[in-house]
Amino acid sequence: MKHMTRKATRHVSQNEGLIFEKSSAGKAAWKLPPLDVPEVDVKQALGDSARKDLGNMPEVSEIEIIRHFTRLSTWNYAIDLGMYPLGSCTMKYNPRVNEVVARLDGLANGHPYQPEKISQGALRILKTLSECLIEITGMDAITLQPAAGAHGELTGLLMVRAHHHSKGHPRKKILIPDSAHGTNPATAATVGYAVENLKSNSQGMVDVGALAAQMNEDVAALMLTNPNTLGVFEQEIHKIADIMHARGGLLYMDGANMNALVGKVRPGDFGVDLMHLNLHKTFSTPHGGGGPGSGPVAVKQFLEPFLPKPVVITKPDATLGFEYNRPQSVGRVRAFYGNFGMFVRALAYIFANGPDGLRQTTEDAVLNSNYIRKGLEGSYDLPYSTPSMHEVVFSDKLQAKKGVRTMDIAKRLIDYGFHPYTTAFPLIVPGALMIEPTESESREEMDLFIEAMRSIAEEVNEDPQLALNAPHSTRVSRLDEVTAARKPILRWKPQ
Amino acid sequence: MRYLPKSPADRDAILKAIGARSIDDLFAPIPAEYRLNRDLRIPRQMAESEIVDWFRARSRENGDAYTSFLGAGAYFHYRPVVIDALISRGEFLTAYTPYQAEVSQGTLQSIFEFQTMISELTGMEVANASMYDGSTAATEAVMMAVRLTGRHSAVIARSVHPEYQEVLSTYARHQGLALTTVGFGDDGRIDLKQLQQAITPQTACVLIQSPNFFGTIEDQSAVAEIAHKNGAMLVVSIAEAVSLGIVEPPRQADIVAMEAQSFGVPLGFGGPYCGVIATRDQYVRQMPGRLVGQTTDRNGKRGFVLTLATREQHIRREKATSNICTNQALVALMVNIFMTVYGKVGLRELAKQNLAKAIYATQEFSRHAKVLFPGAPRFNEFVVQTTADPYAINNRLLEHTIIGGLPLKKFYPELGNAALWCCTEIIHRSAIDTAVRVAAETASASKSLPETDVEEVAR
Repeated sequence: MKHMTRKATRHVSQNEGLIFEKSSAGKAAWKLPPLDVPEVDVKQALGDSARKDLGNMPEVSEIEIIRHFTRLSTWNYAIDLGMYPLGSCTMKYNPRVNEVVARLDGLANGHPYQPEKISQGALRILKTLSECLIEITGMDAITLQPAAGAHGELTGLLMVRAHHHSKGHPRKKILIPDSAHGTNPATAATVGYAVENLKSNSQGMVDVGALAAQMNEDVAALMLTNPNTLGVFEQEIHKIADIMHARGGLLYMDGANMNALVGKVRPGDFGVDLMHLNLHKTFSTPHGGGGPGSGPVAVKQFLEPFLPKPVVITKPDATLGFEYNRPQSVGRVRAFYGNFGMFVRALAYIFANGPDGLRQTTEDAVLNSNYIRKGLEGSYDLPYSTPSMHEVVFSDKLQAKKGVRTMDIAKRLIDYGFHPYTTAFPLIVPGALMIEPTESESREEMDLFIEAMRSIAEEVNEDPQLALNAPHSTRVSRLDEVTAARKPILRWKPQ
Repeated sequence: MRYLPKSPADRDAILKAIGARSIDDLFAPIPAEYRLNRDLRIPRQMAESEIVDWFRARSRENGDAYTSFLGAGAYFHYRPVVIDALISRGEFLTAYTPYQAEVSQGTLQSIFEFQTMISELTGMEVANASMYDGSTAATEAVMMAVRLTGRHSAVIARSVHPEYQEVLSTYARHQGLALTTVGFGDDGRIDLKQLQQAITPQTACVLIQSPNFFGTIEDQSAVAEIAHKNGAMLVVSIAEAVSLGIVEPPRQADIVAMEAQSFGVPLGFGGPYCGVIATRDQYVRQMPGRLVGQTTDRNGKRGFVLTLATREQHIRREKATSNICTNQALVALMVNIFMTVYGKVGLRELAKQNLAKAIYATQEFSRHAKVLFPGAPRFNEFVVQTTADPYAINNRLLEHTIIGGLPLKKFYPELGNAALWCCTEIIHRSAIDTAVRVAAETASASKSLPETDVEEVAR
């Protein structure tokens, strides 16, 4: 409490209803140019398919739209406002030059089916980004088509399946550590694989003995996040890869935590057969309130024939083009070529960094998480003392004695002017506080965060109600999620 | 590095504070033999001005300033400038998924408005917060119908976007989901007789697109009747969202899978776009993707939260309705702002201009070529069959900085020299007139055209 005003202070925010509540007939925010062809009779042109009305669509003016969305925007926390320490989400700075170059006319207005000879700019971007990501991951080939991380996982497992199928047996199951993201098992199910859990050892890492015991010819692959969701690098990764490969299984790496590795170590060098990247995490494309993402999948050479189609090729005349004749391809996972706008941004980020900048970025990300860890040790329980890479996981064990859980601490953190960390994940840590500062935080910002978290720990001892009823400073507090789910109201309706 | 907020002294101070001698100490957990002891072989660090120059050069190589008659699932409509002004606000652009409702009300309320407007426009009762795109939305909608009916096959119209069909078959392969396709009649609509024969007691759903890939509006009532009579669901894919301003939505559908790119999203060489699934209330618990719901806070004040999360992967893991996590939130916000700008009247007027341009163009093309699939209404796309190879026509049009229609040989070889043309509100009459004239000239000159002028690589 005593430090609260250091980071945040109260600020008037505007009330704003739903757009439908501002609507009235005859207001408009649009103006079309005069029609330069003859008018048509809709009923005559469309017959029974002609639409009669558009229901409760709003009618508002332009200034109302600007104010509406601007007011709404001020109710959000954002990286631009301060540290956003969501573990495994890698909320780093989203450079503005990325936004500028993605909006250049030829790129923003390029049609996916325009002739290849006038698409050389876009194709060059696809090719250059592919080459950079292949080098960064130490792999041999890549597809940029998947639209997000989970979509990348799906694409990867389709390739795993196609590989095993080509060997005569698609196999039956995927091994997934108990610390994994929920997308991993959900994806395995989508590709028709059974999921088998792999227990972590006392250090929070894969239990290599258990893996050896569970591995057999029915296992198609191990999906491993490395560093894992505890922020711990799997030190026995070479043994893990050997165990998988000895029985013909593949090692899939979930690249969600690649921000700990770029420029320092390459998954392709430590035995990974295929992996996805999250351009919206490691490569700075904006999260935008939940997307768009982009989830390229990089693979070793033996998996190259299975990549989704099309792939970019250099033609005999040295121009670039798309190759569709890929008989062993897993097929398409998305229309067109993927979230191209995100490729532009990710490539601009790689250019802005270069090899030295990317390495420094990784070093700073790891440095920052260790600084946070040091600063909060003693105030919060550290369930695993294994060295931290880019994120650190505490638990609410000390605070739980006072009835205060990780979500309460998170809500109280809002009052101190920070976005919460990731709560209650990974599942192997009861009451987890998963903190990833990223490289984008200065020492000053981290000091404020540490101060806030320590202050909350003190408050919990003195007056747990402060956390239990938090946040106290927001427009709304502790929304009723139970009623929201029991009696869903999922759209506005006129009274 | 200009994005990194630390001085060398800061780094030294932090190292000292955490008790490390050097940064290498922190990477000690990585076995030494795997550590990279060289620079990555990627381009050197560039100044901002160099980055802008590099991408400007790529932009110029990419068909900048052409007039395009391409549609086929990606449409060039005018984007009101307020869209980028608003989505560029850092509070929208640089926020995460709104899991922490108290500091995410802006995103949550805007998604709630998005869900409302998509429901209104599609004639459905509920819509989700977005899917990746139209192709994955259609695919996930079919999988949703499989879960709802407990049946394991689906009937797909061949007039659904061919790439959507490809995505569906990629997903279906490992789910024991059998797909049957049904062709189209002379009017470009799904062949109802074939449909009747293809549908079985094991059919979970019939998937059609309307307006379909040829721009033709399907007879949704007739398809719905056949599907429902056989206990199957009707899933309708909508790739051209602007059509909803003037075309009756598929009210008899059970699930609508939409691509909302037309609503203010840049073409962007194919993405990011904005898929959406809309359905009836009774099916919402089998819906994939995020949903925002209205509720109250502890003081009784209205607010919004992510809800019905027990469908989702982070709770349900391998039993989730989908593996989707990150969706297309910022693109959905573009769509939301676009729908708000045009609203109840503007969307209709916008759609009317599209319809008028397309009708004018079909009339003009009909003078020298055959416009296929008469007899059923179309929206803003139509198929033109010519004596000349459409690639040859397109090569000539490029000289006029015009990109002609999409040659259909790759997807529908039986249609011969056919191409799919699209006219949105931004196409000027003069461009239509030029395109029609060049197409006619190419037809008469086609015999003398050298082979190498024709782009043979079917896209």
